[in-house]
Amino acid sequence: MRKKRHITRSDIDGFLFALPWLVGFVLLCVYPLSMSLYYSFTEFNPITDPVWIGLENYISLFKDPRFYKSLRNTCFYAFIATPINLVTALVLASLISRRFRGRGLVRTVFFLPSVIPMVAATMVWIWMFDPTYGFINNFLKWFSIDGPAWLINPKTTKWALVMMGMWGTGTTMLVCLAALQDVPVSYYESAQMDGANGVQRFLFITLPCVAHVIVYQAILNLINAFQYFTQVYVITTASGGSTSGASGGPENSILMYPLYLFHNAFIYQKMGKASAMAWILMVVVGLLTIVMVKLSDKAVSNAGGE
Amino acid sequence: MNPYRAKKYMSKILFAVLIAVLAIIFLLPFVVMFTTSFKTMEDAFMVPVRIWPREFTVENYRKAINKIPYFSYMGNTAYITLLSLLGEMLVVPMVAYSLAKIRWKGAGLISGLLMGTMMLPFTVTMIPLYRTWHALGLTGTYVPLIAPHFVGNAYYIIIMRQFMKGLPNSLFEAATLDGASEFQMYLRIALPLCKPALTTVGIYTFLSAWSDYLAPLIYINKKDKMTLSLGLQQFLNEYTIDWTQLMAAAVIFVLPILGLFLIFQRNFVEGIATAGLKA
Repeated sequence: MRKKRHITRSDIDGFLFALPWLVGFVLLCVYPLSMSLYYSFTEFNPITDPVWIGLENYISLFKDPRFYKSLRNTCFYAFIATPINLVTALVLASLISRRFRGRGLVRTVFFLPSVIPMVAATMVWIWMFDPTYGFINNFLKWFSIDGPAWLINPKTTKWALVMMGMWGTGTTMLVCLAALQDVPVSYYESAQMDGANGVQRFLFITLPCVAHVIVYQAILNLINAFQYFTQVYVITTASGGSTSGASGGPENSILMYPLYLFHNAFIYQKMGKASAMAWILMVVVGLLTIVMVKLSDKAVSNAGGE
Repeated sequence: MNPYRAKKYMSKILFAVLIAVLAIIFLLPFVVMFTTSFKTMEDAFMVPVRIWPREFTVENYRKAINKIPYFSYMGNTAYITLLSLLGEMLVVPMVAYSLAKIRWKGAGLISGLLMGTMMLPFTVTMIPLYRTWHALGLTGTYVPLIAPHFVGNAYYIIIMRQFMKGLPNSLFEAATLDGASEFQMYLRIALPLCKPALTTVGIYTFLSAWSDYLAPLIYINKKDKMTLSLGLQQFLNEYTIDWTQLMAAAVIFVLPILGLFLIFQRNFVEGIATAGLKA
């Protein structure tokens, strides 16, 4: 016997209230995602129709040295900048989790860079990184250090990006701060009675309590690293770029994955190849997201559910 | 002073110095931006660099707003931003209400999907979306930039849902007994109580629409339709970049955001903490 479906009044109301998002989900997620998978097996430019070419885009990507270069650059940034940003965020957060006068102001100062439009912030940094007139190298000169040509020398370009990333770690810092403030004071009090010193308290109380937040933020930072675009686009167009308008910086040292994808789609007009890159990116980000969801479920159940 | 207090005093001073140094480092790019914007060319290109200009000039501002149609770009940006704001404000609380306060079969599924779409990179959907808007003849207009805000951003919905869950159910139960419809309860009870979260979402929307870069870059192909973030880029395309003018242009671009942030700081900070810990 078929089970009778009960559609209640609430079901209709709930559906209607959520309808705009559901429409958006189909039109802006499901449809483009499936189309992009189909496109990845075709060849076309913005004005032609896609022609099926099977796996050729993927094969040409796996033979493309610039594809590997962009993947390496992105992985470098993801796995170097993420831990550095997390440590920076955690240190700043633990500094301002103390009580002192002007604490609110300091928190604002640390967070301020995160609200500035990326384009404007990147431009200021390009100017600060100028080898002769930039602030950074002039500052280093006071200590008789000859600063590198930050954005010109392919060996230092990515480190310049890492520095910019540290400056913009405010969001992660705020989350860490909130996590630190959630640690029950009684834990610290009893540890102090047992004679634990500051380092021990940090290692055995603070860290375990905020661990799930840190892991979550780490994955979020990784995902963001795989979408790193605006900064490198601005930098590569500022340094003159090549005549085709598709530059990856000095020796392609900051040719990040999304930037190369953009070049393929809108400059080389190989939209099929770009779609193949998009789907590889999709798989990476998808896997990271699944890990993140699993971890946050676990964190919630560890905390005794919500 | 006894040695214990002396030690405590020392560590207090060290802490203050550390905080001060870090604060200066974080503020430096802002200082460089503001001071460069008031410098003469000679001052800006001087070695060793002096932070403070020898003479202040507002000439850069005058030139910067004439080099590109600055206020027309600002108008375009404001137009896009305000309509995006309207879209999110209409839709986000509605969807959040459905997930937080209506007991219905799809709520759990949607909550799960939200997380996945929040992480979906724009670069992945960019090409099909571009093709669709192009086929509809809408590239070069603001529709592709604004329309997506009228379906609600997943991240904002999560923040809003979290907030609505905190509203006492008794309020809604009482209203149901009085025969109020779901829509009446949403409009008369939930929405007015959500003002803090609405402000938070509003600020985030403003910020992201005002600063958006990649989407305008691919959709806007005419110079007179550009947004400020694209307009700023034109300063970099010159053979020699005039940094004093560029910094002046950047200052005007950044000021509305800075103002907004300083006014609504609290909403900002709380929104991030909520979403980061409980999402």
